[in-house]
Amino acid sequence: MNNTESKPPVRASLLEGYSPAPDAFDELLGSEGAPREHWSPLLEALGQLSPEELAARKEATRRILREHGATYNVYSDSQGLGRPWSLDLLPIVIPAHEWRQIEAGLIQRARLLNRLLQDFYGPQELLKSGRLPPALLYANPGFLRPCHGIRPVDGNYLFMHAVDLARAADGQWWVLADRTQAPSGAGYALENRLVLSRVFPDEFRNQQVSRLPGFFQQAREGLLALVPPTGARTPHAVVLTPGPHNETYFEQVFLSRYLGFPLVEGGDLTVRNNRVFIKTLEGLQPVEVIVRRMDDSYCDPLELRGDSSLGVPGLVAAARAGTVTVANALGSGAVEMPALMAFLPGLCRELLHEDLLLPSVATWWCGAEKELEYARQHLDELVIKRAFTPAATEPIFGSQLDERGRAALLATMRSTPFDFVAQERVTLSSAPVWEKSGLEPRPCVLRLFVCATASGYAAMPGALTRFSSTVERLVVSMQSGGGSKDTWVITDAPTPAPNPARQSANLVRLERTPAEVPSRVADNLYWFGRYLERLEDSTRMLRCVLLRLTGEAGADETPELSSLIRLLVDLEMFPARFRETYRLAGVEREIYALISSGHRLGTLREIIGRARSLAFVLRDRFSVDTWSILNRLQASPRHRVEGRLQAADALGVLNALVVDLAALSGVEMENMTRGHGWRFLDLGRRLERGINIATLLHAAAAQGTRHYTILEPLLEVADSSMTYRRRYFALPHWPGVLELLVGDETNPRALAFQVQAISQHVENLPQGSIQALATATSAGTPEYHLEALWQVVRETDWLKLVTDDTGAGSARLSEALTLCAQELRGMSDAITHQYFSHAEIRLS
Amino acid sequence: MKYELTHTTRFDYETPVSVAYHRLCLTPRPLPRQHLHAHELVIEPIPSQRVPGTDYFGNAFTFLTLDQPHQSLVITARTSVSILPTTLPLPAATPPWEEIRSLADGRQFAPAGEVSEFTFNSPFVERDPEIADYSNKSFPTERPILDACAALMGRIHDDFTFDPTATTIATPLKQVFRKRRGVCQDFAHLLIASLRSLGLPARYVSGYLETQPPPGKTRLVGADASHAWVQAWCGPDFGWIDLDPTNNTFPSERHIVLAWGRDFGDVSPSRGVLIGGGRHKLNVAVDVIPVAG
Repeated sequence: MNNTESKPPVRASLLEGYSPAPDAFDELLGSEGAPREHWSPLLEALGQLSPEELAARKEATRRILREHGATYNVYSDSQGLGRPWSLDLLPIVIPAHEWRQIEAGLIQRARLLNRLLQDFYGPQELLKSGRLPPALLYANPGFLRPCHGIRPVDGNYLFMHAVDLARAADGQWWVLADRTQAPSGAGYALENRLVLSRVFPDEFRNQQVSRLPGFFQQAREGLLALVPPTGARTPHAVVLTPGPHNETYFEQVFLSRYLGFPLVEGGDLTVRNNRVFIKTLEGLQPVEVIVRRMDDSYCDPLELRGDSSLGVPGLVAAARAGTVTVANALGSGAVEMPALMAFLPGLCRELLHEDLLLPSVATWWCGAEKELEYARQHLDELVIKRAFTPAATEPIFGSQLDERGRAALLATMRSTPFDFVAQERVTLSSAPVWEKSGLEPRPCVLRLFVCATASGYAAMPGALTRFSSTVERLVVSMQSGGGSKDTWVITDAPTPAPNPARQSANLVRLERTPAEVPSRVADNLYWFGRYLERLEDSTRMLRCVLLRLTGEAGADETPELSSLIRLLVDLEMFPARFRETYRLAGVEREIYALISSGHRLGTLREIIGRARSLAFVLRDRFSVDTWSILNRLQASPRHRVEGRLQAADALGVLNALVVDLAALSGVEMENMTRGHGWRFLDLGRRLERGINIATLLHAAAAQGTRHYTILEPLLEVADSSMTYRRRYFALPHWPGVLELLVGDETNPRALAFQVQAISQHVENLPQGSIQALATATSAGTPEYHLEALWQVVRETDWLKLVTDDTGAGSARLSEALTLCAQELRGMSDAITHQYFSHAEIRLS
Repeated sequence: MKYELTHTTRFDYETPVSVAYHRLCLTPRPLPRQHLHAHELVIEPIPSQRVPGTDYFGNAFTFLTLDQPHQSLVITARTSVSILPTTLPLPAATPPWEEIRSLADGRQFAPAGEVSEFTFNSPFVERDPEIADYSNKSFPTERPILDACAALMGRIHDDFTFDPTATTIATPLKQVFRKRRGVCQDFAHLLIASLRSLGLPARYVSGYLETQPPPGKTRLVGADASHAWVQAWCGPDFGWIDLDPTNNTFPSERHIVLAWGRDFGDVSPSRGVLIGGGRHKLNVAVDVIPVAG
C-alpha cells in the first residue's frame, strides 16, 4: 500500500489493534469501544504524530531519564545498582470530576489514619472500648512500643501518606494498600512529569493539566511548620536516607534537591543531650526536622532494632524529648497493615462522623472466627495475605492452589488466624502502553500522595502509575518489572504557573552553606577528585604510547617508543618483562588491557568504576550536566561491531575520555560554588596531580638527564607541549622541562602550581572540625607537610641538578622528586586523619 | 527477706570510646511484694547526660550519653530491697487452660485484653508449630492452667541442659530448642514460646536470684548473676504467676524482679551504641547479700 500521498487519519491507526480485555475497565476506551471523552485532546494531539515521530519521542524519554540518572535499584538484579527507570510515552488521564472525588477520599483517609496513630501511641481507647480487636495492635510488628507516648508537633504522626488505587471492572476506585512509613514514589512522579512535559511540550500546554510543583512546595512548608519549639531561629531540615543501595535512592536525591534539604545518612547525624545534630566539617549543627526515607524500626539501634547500622542512636530519645520532628513519626508503620482495612468504614464513622469515601478492597481479618470461616469457604475467589506484613510474602491466589496447597494454607491459617487477611480479587483496569507494535492494554495501579500542610492535608494532583510487564500478571510492582506512567489530572480551573524559584531547584548547587558539608561527603569528594585526576593522567599516558604505535612516522619514533615503554615499566603500569624485549603487538595488547580490562587494578575501566561509584554516592551534590558527562565516561568504544578493541577504536576511546574529562573539570571550575565541598574535590585533584608529576619526572630522570628522547612524550602527558614550544622555540631539553613542570607557578600542570593551590586550600580548611577522635598522630598536620614541600620545590636548584656533570646531580634530582611525592602522600594521610576519620559504630 | 544487692558492669575498651549511648534497665520494679528501701546507680566516668524514664511496660530505665573519650565504663547499681513470700494458688483451682487462651486471643479487650500483649510474636520469641507439639503434651483438654504450666516447666527443666557455652543471645530459639541446651535466658524464652505457641500469654522477667552456697562453704562475693524467668497468666482471679524453668521452681523470696517485657529485648539490662572503642572486655559481678531485718 502506498500511503505517502494521503495518510489515513492517524488517530484511527493509533487505536488500531488496541483491544482491551472485555472483563476489565479500560482507561482509554469506553464500553462502546470509543475513546472516553477526557482522552480526546491527547489522542488528537498524538494523532498528528507519525509512528516515526512517536518512536523518536519515546527515545527522547529514554535519553532524558538516562541524563538525569533516573534509576530504580532492584534487589535481586544481577546488574546491581541502578536499573534505568522506565517511563511509558503515554500518560493516564483523569478527568476533573473524578479527581475531586478521589482527592476528597485521599484526604479523609490520611486524617483517619492519623487519628488512629494518635490513639495507638496514646490512650489506646479504640482497643479498650472494643472498637478494634487488641490483636491488631499487639500482634502488629509495626507497632513500636518504645515510641508509645511520643507526641509529635500538633499530633501530626502521618506527614506523608501514599495510597495504591486500582479501578475495578465497574469503574469504581478501590484502595489496595496504604503506605504510611516513608512512602516512595512522589519524586518519581515528578521526574516522570518533568520528562513527559519536555517530550510533549505543546500537548501538555494545550491541556489543562494540574501542575505538581505546588504540592512539593506545600510539603516543604508543611514540614517547616512542624519544627519543634526549640527556639532555633533558622530551623534545619534534612532527608535521612538508608544510602545509595536503597531501591529508591534516585528519588531521595531528587527530592532532597527539590525540597532544598540536605540528604544525610545515619552516620552523618549524632544525638547529644537529646538533640540531633549533623556532623559537618565545621562542627555540629542542630537539626530540627528529619524527613526519613528509612523504615522506622531501623532508625535507632539503641531503642529499636539493635542490629541496624543505618540509624541514629538516641533518635527515639530526642523525639521523646520533643527536640526533633521525624516525618513520618517513628512508629507510623503501625497503620499500614491490611488487617486494618476491614475496620476502616466503622472507624471512620466513629471518629470522623463521616462515611469512608474511598473504599478499601474488601478485606476479611481472619482473627475473627466468622471471617476465617468465610475465607475458607470462598478461598477460590480470594487473595490471602499476611495481616500485618504483606510485603514479607507474596500474596496467595486461592484459585491457583491445588488440593495440597489449599489444605496446607488452611492449616496455617487456623493455627495463627490473626496473622491473615482474605481480600477480594480486583481485576485491575487496563491502560494503553506504547509499544513498538502500537498501543497495548496493560493492567495498572496508581499511587497517590497526600501531605500535611499548614491548612490540613493536601493531595498531589497527579500520581505515579505503574503497569505490569505482561497482560496476565496479577501483581504490579516496580520490583518485579513493569513500567511507569505519568498521570495527568485534568483541571477545569486554570492552574497558577509554577513558582520559578522552585522550578530552578533542580539546577545545581553543591551546598547551601559551607557548614552543610558532612565529613563523609568531603571525604568522598576528595577521592572523587583524586580518581578523576588519576584517570586523566593514565589516559594521556596510554594515548601517548598508542599514538606512537600507530603513527605515520613509523621507525623514526622507535627510540621515543622504547623510552616510553621503559617509563611505563618504571611507573609499574607495564609488567617488568617489557623492560628487556617487547613486540609491538604485545605492547598494543597491553595498552588495550590497560584501557578496558575488568580484572586488573589501575585500568581505565577500573578507575572509571571507582569514580562512578563515588559519584553515585555523591549524586545529590552534582548537577544534571555533571551527571550526564559522568555517564559518558567509558573505557569502551561507543559503537563497536566486534568484541575486540582496534587501534582506531582505542584511540577514539582515549580521545573521547580526554575531552569528557576536560568538560568535567570545566563544569567544576565554572559551576561549583567555592565552598568546602569544592575545596576538598580540588584538593584531591591537586594532590593527585602533584604526585603524578613528581613520579613521572622521577621515572623519566632515571633514564639519565643526558637523554632527551623521553621529553617530548613527557610534555605531551603533562599537556604542556604547546607552552614549551611557545616559550623555548626549541626541541625539549631537561632544564626547560624542569622549569616548566616543576618551578613554574603559573603552569597549571607544574608541581609548584599544585603546591600553591594546596597551600590556599589548607589555609581555608575549616578549623572547627570534629576532632574528638583525633588522638596523637604520627601523620603530622597538613601544614607540616606543606612546609616541607615548599622547601623542596623552592629551595632546590633544579637547573643545577640537570646541568651538573659529576653525576651526583641526577642522584640528588631523584632524591628531591621522591621527597616531593612522599610529602604529598603524607599530606593526604594528614588530611584524611584530620577531616575524614570515620566514626566506627559498634554495638555492645 | 531483705537483701543488699550490688550489680557491677565493667567495660574495658581497647581504644578510647569517643561517644557512647547506653540504655540501662537496672532499677528494680516496686511491687506489692517487693519493697525498695534504697537504690542508686553510680556511673564512672560521670556521663554528660543522664535521663531517667519509664518504658511502655512500666519498667524504670536510665538513658546515658558519654561524650568524653573514655577507655572504661563502670556501672554500679546498689539496691536495698525486701521481698515477701508468694502464696501460690492451688494449681487444681486455676481455670482450664482453654479458658485462658480464649481470654487472651486478642479478639476482645474486655475483660482482660491487655494480657494479649504477651500472646503474640515478639522479636526474640516466635510461635512455632514444632514447639507447640512439644508443649501440647502437657496441655490435655481442660487441664488447669497452673497445673499444666508446672508440668511443662518440669519437662523443660528435665529435657534441657544448662550450658553457659552452648548459646549466645544471638542464637535463634529454634536452634536452642533443637540443641536442648542453653542458659536461663534460653530456658525462659523456651517456656514463653511453648506457652505462646498454644495461644497462651507469657512474659519475660529479668532479675536476680540469691544463690545458696554449698553446705559448709561461705558465699563467694560476685558469684551471683543476673537471672531470667517467666510469668504465665492464670486468669483474672490469679493474675501473673512466676515460673523459673532453669531451676524448676516457683519464684518466691529468693527472686528479685528488675523488669518485665515480651522477651529479653524489651528489658536487656544494658544496651549500648559506641563510637570508637575497638574490641571490649566485659565483666559483670552480682552480689545478692541477705541481711537481717
